[in-house]
Amino acid sequence: MPAPGAARRPRWRALLERPRLARWFYGYRAPERGTVILGHRRVYIVPTRLGWMFGATLGLLLVGAINYALSLGFVLTFLLAGLGLAGMVHTTRNLARMAISAGRVEPVFAGESAQFRLFLDGRVAFDRPSILVRHLGAGAQLVTDVPAGKLAEVVLGVPALRRGWLGLGRVMLETRYPLGLFRAWSYVEPDARALVYPRPERAPLPLPSARTDAGAARAQARGSDDFSGLRSYQASDSPRHVAWKAVARGDELLTKQFSGESAAELWLDWHALPSDLGVEDRLSRLAGWVLAAEQAGAHYGLRLPGTEFAPAHGDAHRTACLQALALFGTS
Amino acid sequence: MSAMAHPLAPDARPVNGRDLAWLVLSLVIVSAPHALRAPWWLTGLTLMLFAWRIVLSTTRSPLPSRWILFALAALAMFGIWAEYRILFGRSPGIILLMLFSGLKLLEVRTHRDATVVVFLCYFLVITNFLYSQSIPTGIAMGVALVVVTAALVSFNAPQRGARPDLRTASLLLAHAVPAALVLFVLFPRVQGPLWSLPQDAHSGVTGLSETMAPGNLAQLARSDAISFRAEFDGEAPPQPLRYWRGPVLWEFDGRTWRMGPTTRGALPEAAPSLPRYRYSVVIEPHDRNWLYGLETVVEPPPQARVTSDGRLLARDPVRRRLRYDLASVADLQVDSADGSDARALALPAGFNPRARALADTWKAAGPDDARLARAIAHLRDGNYAYTLEPPLLGRDSVDDFLFGTKAGFCEHFASAFVFLMRAADVPARVVTGYQGGELNPVDRIITVRQSDAHAWAEVFLQGRGWVRVDPTAAAIPGRIEAGLARALPSDAALPLLMRPQLEWLRGLRNNWEALTHQWNVWVLGYNPDRQRDLMAYIGMRDADWRKLTAILFTVLGGFTVVLVLWSLRLRVRPDPVQRAWLAFCRRLRNAGVDRAPHEGPRDFAQRAAQQLPHASASITDIAQRYLSLRYGKHAAPSEVDGFRRRVREIRLT
Repeated sequence: MPAPGAARRPRWRALLERPRLARWFYGYRAPERGTVILGHRRVYIVPTRLGWMFGATLGLLLVGAINYALSLGFVLTFLLAGLGLAGMVHTTRNLARMAISAGRVEPVFAGESAQFRLFLDGRVAFDRPSILVRHLGAGAQLVTDVPAGKLAEVVLGVPALRRGWLGLGRVMLETRYPLGLFRAWSYVEPDARALVYPRPERAPLPLPSARTDAGAARAQARGSDDFSGLRSYQASDSPRHVAWKAVARGDELLTKQFSGESAAELWLDWHALPSDLGVEDRLSRLAGWVLAAEQAGAHYGLRLPGTEFAPAHGDAHRTACLQALALFGTS
Repeated sequence: MSAMAHPLAPDARPVNGRDLAWLVLSLVIVSAPHALRAPWWLTGLTLMLFAWRIVLSTTRSPLPSRWILFALAALAMFGIWAEYRILFGRSPGIILLMLFSGLKLLEVRTHRDATVVVFLCYFLVITNFLYSQSIPTGIAMGVALVVVTAALVSFNAPQRGARPDLRTASLLLAHAVPAALVLFVLFPRVQGPLWSLPQDAHSGVTGLSETMAPGNLAQLARSDAISFRAEFDGEAPPQPLRYWRGPVLWEFDGRTWRMGPTTRGALPEAAPSLPRYRYSVVIEPHDRNWLYGLETVVEPPPQARVTSDGRLLARDPVRRRLRYDLASVADLQVDSADGSDARALALPAGFNPRARALADTWKAAGPDDARLARAIAHLRDGNYAYTLEPPLLGRDSVDDFLFGTKAGFCEHFASAFVFLMRAADVPARVVTGYQGGELNPVDRIITVRQSDAHAWAEVFLQGRGWVRVDPTAAAIPGRIEAGLARALPSDAALPLLMRPQLEWLRGLRNNWEALTHQWNVWVLGYNPDRQRDLMAYIGMRDADWRKLTAILFTVLGGFTVVLVLWSLRLRVRPDPVQRAWLAFCRRLRNAGVDRAPHEGPRDFAQRAAQQLPHASASITDIAQRYLSLRYGKHAAPSEVDGFRRRVREIRLT
C-alpha cells in the first residue's frame, strides 16, 4: 500500500525535484557514491503531534504550579522541560553519523518489485533502536534496530515499472526514539540500481520451430558440432573457435566448445517478428521466448538490430540475452 | 537484524501487553498516595478498571463500547458527589482524575493513546504535591518519574526489554537535571494564585485560632506538626525568654476568649543600648494573617504591620510557607497608654461568682501590684495540677477550675488568672502563642511545634504598662524551665518524639529536621522574593523578567551545546588494526593513489603497488597482513604490533 506521506505531497515539493534546488535543499548531490554518512547538517528535526501535546501538558503543569505555589510542581515542570530538551538531542543522536551503503540488487522483470538492500552501520558505541527506513517514491517502509557495532540490513521493495536501469531514488530515514516527542529524519540517495528486464509476454506464443524455415526462426547447421559452452583459450585452439564477441566485451580470450552431435539451433530474431509490433512489444515477446527456450532446454540465439548472440544454453547466456533486451536502445 | 514491516505511522502502532504493563505500573505508582486518601470503593473501582484492561488484552477481546465507559463515569461521579457533596473541589477533583485514568486505559488502542495516558501520569505526579511536598514525597515521585519515562521510552523501542528502557529513562532524566536546575533558579517567577482556588484548597492546616476555649490548646498540643522555625543571627535567647506572641484575646463571654477589633498601633520605643535579637522565621501555612514574633518585636518584618496590642499582621492569610526577618528585645517594659481601655476590665455578668468573691477580698490589699501578688500566690499555693487531658468544666468554667477540678492546661490557668485580675479591677488580657521551641544542635535552628502552644496573661500596672505574667509558670514552675514534657506526669499522652526516653531517636530527628529546613528554605520556599534576593546577591540589582529570560535562554543554549557535543563524542573508535590501515590509506592518497569507494583492500593494494613500484613489496605485505588480521581467525598482539610498525615505517615517496 502506498504510504500516506507519498500519496499526497504538496505541490511545492515538485520544485525540489529540480536538481540544483534539490542539491541546495537536501545538502547532497544525487546519487551518492559509496557509503553515505549522515552528517548533523542533514538530519532535520521537528516536534511530533505528541510533542506539541507534551508542550501543552507542560504549560498546564506550570499554571498549576504557579497557582498553588507548588515548588515541587515547578521542579517537575522544569525537569520535564529538560527531559524534552534531552529527548530532542537524543533523537538527533539516534540518526546522526550513521553510515548507509547499498548492496547488490538482483535483476527483475518489469512489473515485479526490485529488492534493494541497504546496510545501516551505527558507527557508534550505543544502540540505535527504531529506525524507520522509507522509500519515498514507492512508500515501502521498514523499522529496524541498529545495534552498537553491528550492521542492520533492510530490504526495500521498489516496483519496477519499465525495463532498463532502475535507480533506488530517495530514501528517508526517520526516528522518534527515545520519547516520540520529536521526529528526526534525513534523506539519502545511495548509488544503487537494479536491472529491469522487459516484461515477458504473459502467454508466450509457441516458440518458433527449430525444424522449419518458416516463422520467426530458422534452423542452422553450422558444421557438425553444436555449441555447448565456453572455456579458457589455449594456444592450440583454432582461431575460428575463439569467442570474439566476448573478446569485444573486454573479457579474456575464450574458446567456444562444441558437442559432437549435430543439432538444430533456434534463432529468436527481432526482424522476424510481425512488422506491426511496437518496440516494447517485440522486446516483451523476445524476453518471453528466451525464458521459454531456456526452460525447454533448447539452444537458442538472439538477434537484435546491431547485436547478435550465438545460439547457446545456460544461465549466463540467458542473463546476457535478457540484459541486451533490457538495455535495448538505452545507451 | 530483524526488521519488521511497518505500514502505519509509528504512533498508530497498536498497543501490546508490554505497553499496557508499563502503563498500569506507572498509573499505580503515581496514584498510590491518592488511593490511600480516596474512599475505599473508588480505589477498588480504579484497580478493577486496570485489571479489566489487562484481561481484555490477554484474551484479545474487543474493548468496551463508549457507552459503558460513559455509564461508569457517571456512576463514579455520582458516588463522589455522595461522598463529598462537591465535584470540583481539590480532593474530589483529583480522585475523579485518578478514576478517569482507569477509564482512559480502557480506551487505549494505539501507541498515541498510550502516550496520552503517560502525559496523564505526569499530571497525576503534580497533584500529589498538593498534599505533601516533603523530601520523601519528592523522592517517591522522582522514582515514579523514572518509571513513567521508561514507559514512554518503551513505546518507542517496542523490541527491547525493560532494563534498557529504565536505563535510557534514567539517562534522559539525568540529562534533564541541569536544565531543570537552571529553569528553577532563573525562570521568572510569578506570585500565584492566578485565579481563586477551590474552597477546600487550604483545609487541614492546624494552628492557633482567633478564639480560646477550655481544651483548645490541650488538643493542639498533642500535635507534632511544625508551626514555624526561627534562625537567629547570633545566640538564641534562653528557653524561658522564648515567648512567641500570637493572638491577643480581649473579650470573654464566660467560656470563650475572643480577639475583638484590631487597631493599628505604634512600635514600642527601645533604647538602642538594649541587646537586640535579629532572626528570621519560616512559618508554615496556617490560613490566618498573623505572624509570630519573639516578645517584644521592635523591628517588624516589611510584609507585616503592628497592632496596638503588639501583634504582627500580614496583609493576607498565610497560605504558603513564608519567610520574614525581624528583630526583638527580650523583657522590654512597654509603657503604653491603652491600659485605660474599658475592654481590659470587662467581665460577663452572672458568671463565676466564687472567683469574683475571691477577687473582691484582694481589692483592699492595696495597689495593683499587691493585688497581682495575691493572685499569683493563690495559684502557686493552690495545689493545681498541669495536664494535657483536663477534666470537662461546667457553665462557670473559672469557678470549676479554681475550686473544683484544680487541673488544667495553660489556657485554664491564663483564663482564670485574667478573670481574677479583671474582677480585682486590674486591666488584663490573654495572650496566646508558643513558648519555647526546640533548638536543633545540628543547624542551630529553633523549631516551634504545635505542642509548644501556650497561653499567658498580660496585666496593666500603673507606671509600668503592660507586664507579662505567666500563670502557668507561677503554678507549675517546671513548665517553662524544662518544657512541656518534664512538666507533665510521665504517663501523659505526649507526642511520641517528645518523650525523654527516646534520645537517640531525637538525635536522628534533629538531623532530619535540619535537612528539612534547608529543603523548605531553598526548594519549597524559593519564590519571587527569594529569586530577587538571589539575583541581587550575584550582582543583578533589578533583574526583571526580560533579563532573567535572556540569561535563561543563554544558559539553556549553552547546556544544549554541551549535550550535542556529548552526543558527538560517543563514536566508536576504530580498532588499532583498522586505524593503522586507514592511516596507510591516507598516506597512499597523499602519494597520489586514492582508494575508490568500491575497491577492496586486495585490489587497492595491487593498483597501488603498480603505481608505486619502488614500494610495491611493502604495500603488498601490508595488505596481506591487514587481510589476515582483519578477516583471519585470531590475531596475536605481536602481529598487530608488527602490522602497525610496518605501516609506520613504510616509505612511499
